[in-house]
Amino acid sequence: MNPPGLVTACAAMLRRDLTLAWRRRGDIAMPVLYALIVTMLFPFALGPEDTLLQRIAGGVVLVTVLLAMLLALDAMFSSDIEDGSLEQLVLAPQPLALMLGMKILAHWITTALPLIVIAPLLAGMLHLPGAVLPVLLLALLLATPVLSLLGAVLVALTAGTRRSGMLLALMLLPLCVPAVIFAAGAVAAAQQGLPWQAPLAWLAAALVLAVVLAPLACAAALRIALDA
Amino acid sequence: MARWIPLWLHKLGSPPTFYRFAGALRPWMLALALLFGLIGLYGGLVLAPPDYQQGDAYRIIFIHVPSAWMSMFIYAVMGVAAFIALVWRIKLAEVVAMESAPIGAAFTFITLVTGSLWGKPMWGTWWTWDARLTSELVLLFLYLGVIGLYHAFEDRRQGARAAAFLAIIGIINVPIVHFSVNWWNTLHQGSTVNLFGPSKIAWDMLWPLLSMTLATKFYYAASLFRRVRTDLLALEGGKDWVRKIAESEART
Amino acid sequence: MSSLQTFLAMGGYAAYVWPAYAVFFAVLITDSVAPRLRRRRVLRELRARLARQSARRDRAQEARDPAHPTSSSP
Repeated sequence: MNPPGLVTACAAMLRRDLTLAWRRRGDIAMPVLYALIVTMLFPFALGPEDTLLQRIAGGVVLVTVLLAMLLALDAMFSSDIEDGSLEQLVLAPQPLALMLGMKILAHWITTALPLIVIAPLLAGMLHLPGAVLPVLLLALLLATPVLSLLGAVLVALTAGTRRSGMLLALMLLPLCVPAVIFAAGAVAAAQQGLPWQAPLAWLAAALVLAVVLAPLACAAALRIALDA
Repeated sequence: MARWIPLWLHKLGSPPTFYRFAGALRPWMLALALLFGLIGLYGGLVLAPPDYQQGDAYRIIFIHVPSAWMSMFIYAVMGVAAFIALVWRIKLAEVVAMESAPIGAAFTFITLVTGSLWGKPMWGTWWTWDARLTSELVLLFLYLGVIGLYHAFEDRRQGARAAAFLAIIGIINVPIVHFSVNWWNTLHQGSTVNLFGPSKIAWDMLWPLLSMTLATKFYYAASLFRRVRTDLLALEGGKDWVRKIAESEART
Repeated sequence: MSSLQTFLAMGGYAAYVWPAYAVFFAVLITDSVAPRLRRRRVLRELRARLARQSARRDRAQEARDPAHPTSSSP
């Protein structure tokens, strides 16, 4: 029996993960709700002055989205490890890196995309100027996949352990610093009326690098973590 | 060509041989560390004259700068050992990489604390988001991540391999972080402080610094040897050579 | 003012210089004491395991050869 072609396998993988996520719609809503709650707390803590909120809006939205993604990161492979389907995937004839890439894509669609969709609402709550909004969305669109890809490598590394929630945050922090800096830098530059293309170009470069390397690293990490 | 070198290295990689080798070398390393440390401290605290700008506060550099160098040097050692551990699956390399991490974290912590103790009288603040300081803080988190991941696994060797992978990712990450933090600093011009202006350091101040650098290097070797020896005993618990050591140390 | 006092005063920076050195030594001493304690624990556990193993071997021998009972194990 011939194994199905790569494109078929990829499509099947993506469809499976999206179907599974759709059946547990409540889980998709959780990070969104979390981001809303965190953003709502900032005006209460800092006072409702427009100028202050405007100044911090971009950074707050970025950090909130990052934290919300961290919340959902833990679950990226956990159900697949529990029912053993991840080990089947490791044994499958298709390249593991490609299959994991599809899983990461599905995870990004189900957690990061909803967050990007409500990002204008979050920004509006903090009175971010409308002209800056497109830059913020573009920065999120470039930064969130980088975070998903980096996070996937770390989740794969912790696949063989029990407790990983806080550990994941500890490991992700040093890795996500550059992405946060460039994304926030672009928003800040746009807010001050300066050219904002350069940091976004750096982010895009990081994304290209991560898209190529992270699935390979993820596959290697998974083989280490599951190799008992 | 000297063909005994690869053979000798190969032998050294076996746990019982390394255990004896490290045990024989460790007292010398510790003695050298103490010797250079005492010379460096005497030279730095007593002999070196006060700086004409910073007074006596600059004397913190005799521990701050060597610790900062060690924090990076140990990360490099850890990265090389991690690479060897992953590629050739040598048990000793795994142990060296994992036991380097706590020492590196200790030196990074010293660097951060002494740096802020130096910064307070010199530029009036405990902490500034300068590129070097921020990179050092990120380095501390990298160390902590490696240590945390290593201890999260039930199986020591599997944990060591996973943490070694993380250490290698960290090595790629450090220059990226440094570059991005530099860029970020130029963006926020207001908060930059010119800490490390071009300065020529006098010989009276330089030689204690070099002596302290040597002392920390030797200290690292001594501490690493002790840690590796302990770890090898724990890892090789069922083997004959460990049994002999356990029995002989029970009698003394 | 004696020379020791001037030395300890560090030109007015004593509050910064000495804590820095204290941290340096405190951390390094902790770093060298921790593996020493760990080594002691590892060796103790190893010896306990060896003792258990030899006790088990003795019991097995006893079961095979009940003519010389040495202890009243069940």
